[in-house]
Amino acid sequence: MLWLTCPNCGARPVEEFRFGGELPGVPDRITDPDERDLDYVWMLDNVDGRSVERWFHEAGCRRWHTVQRDTRTDELLDG
Amino acid sequence: MNEFVETLVDLRWAEPKRSYDVVIIGGGGHGLSTAYHLAARHGITNVAVLERDYIGAGNSGRNTTIIRANYGLPEAVRFYQHSLELYQRLEGETGCDVMHATKGIFWLAHSVTTARTEQGRALLNTACGARTRYVEPEEIGRLCPLIDLGGGGRYPIVGASYHEEGATARHDRVVWAYAQGAMRKGVDVIPGTEVTGLLRDGDRVTGVVTPQGPIAAGVVLSAVGGHVTRVAEWAGVRLPIRTHTLQAFVTNAFAPVLGPIVSSNDLVFYASQTARGQMLIGAEFDRPPSYRTGTTFSYLQACARKATTVLPFLSRLRVLRQWSGVCDVSLDFSPILGQSGVDGFMLSTGWGTWGFKAIPAAGEALASLIATGTVPELIAPFGLDRFAREAAMGDPSSAGTR
Repeated sequence: MLWLTCPNCGARPVEEFRFGGELPGVPDRITDPDERDLDYVWMLDNVDGRSVERWFHEAGCRRWHTVQRDTRTDELLDG
Repeated sequence: MNEFVETLVDLRWAEPKRSYDVVIIGGGGHGLSTAYHLAARHGITNVAVLERDYIGAGNSGRNTTIIRANYGLPEAVRFYQHSLELYQRLEGETGCDVMHATKGIFWLAHSVTTARTEQGRALLNTACGARTRYVEPEEIGRLCPLIDLGGGGRYPIVGASYHEEGATARHDRVVWAYAQGAMRKGVDVIPGTEVTGLLRDGDRVTGVVTPQGPIAAGVVLSAVGGHVTRVAEWAGVRLPIRTHTLQAFVTNAFAPVLGPIVSSNDLVFYASQTARGQMLIGAEFDRPPSYRTGTTFSYLQACARKATTVLPFLSRLRVLRQWSGVCDVSLDFSPILGQSGVDGFMLSTGWGTWGFKAIPAAGEALASLIATGTVPELIAPFGLDRFAREAAMGDPSSAGTR
């Protein structure tokens, strides 16, 4: 099972957290404002590798954290 | 493929040519079904299916084989019902035994709110041509006496929608049936060949790159599971997809006792009995997005607890095998089919945890699109352009794995 490191509570099982999505990144090559809006709302990098994510420690300190994780191995990475 | 498979089907592998009318990336059910329908319905046989592993190695070989049409949107019910009917005729059409068995599916409600949802589902399904009716606990008990109507004392069953035509088929055999049908008509199925990039000419996709060299194509279809975001990226297409791990497990074989497929949308699990007697059990996909194909004890524990709450006899069985696959879950829980917005590049993706049941209909519709250039009405609502049109097809409560 995946364990996340909460800066307040330490290493805790992922069941205690709620996934809050990746940090939004609209590619610079998209310039049309409507296209950028569409990309911001719907499109994802869906990274296989280093993913920068927001997690909410729902069953713990109830604070939001930014976590870097390798989505191929679930290994936590240093920011 | 082993010797046993060779006694069942006649599979002949091909070496890649330099150029094809159509190249399909991904030799799973969807890719092979599209190739089969291109050849069988439209006479287009200059087609290659490229698979990086063996055919059906991805989610086609890992799913829980349920075929149903009890969805929550009219367009989805019509699409999956058509697929369900194609499955009923698949053995006759291909001459392959795919072990299709109509079993019926219970979607149990443990609360009044969910019971109302299931009553609505039954009405909508009936209106759109799928045979689903709402059943009271007394009838559930009669049709499937193994279900504990008291829900282990904690989750009493209020009612259920019963989808009579719900079925299962042997997943590998579906893959082999389409592969054999396509090969016999002259399609090249090429396992062990990974696509590592796309050939582009200006804004157009003109072929694929493989370690054995480039292959030119009039049309490239991505029928990739899990890793579709990378493939689409090569074409400059962005997708509303997250990749998640989905796990499932089977128990040891048991006497054939569980006739219908039993699913609970409140607890989120489903169970069916396979032809060899094993109980096949699954639940929701893992919450964190991941490309990892591992399994976890916490999943097994939670899923087993839910399944034994409704089907107490399962607690006397042993877990034989647990596995997982990586699923491309679209943000609105509906597939993404057809034009990608880039010429020469089409998509069959967003199959998430619900792709197996759609293999015949999606292959048929995509073959028609590739052959005629016209989007079939059946899949028109499922285009990638729906997000720009603000017409997302949100239907998470019908996935069974949310």
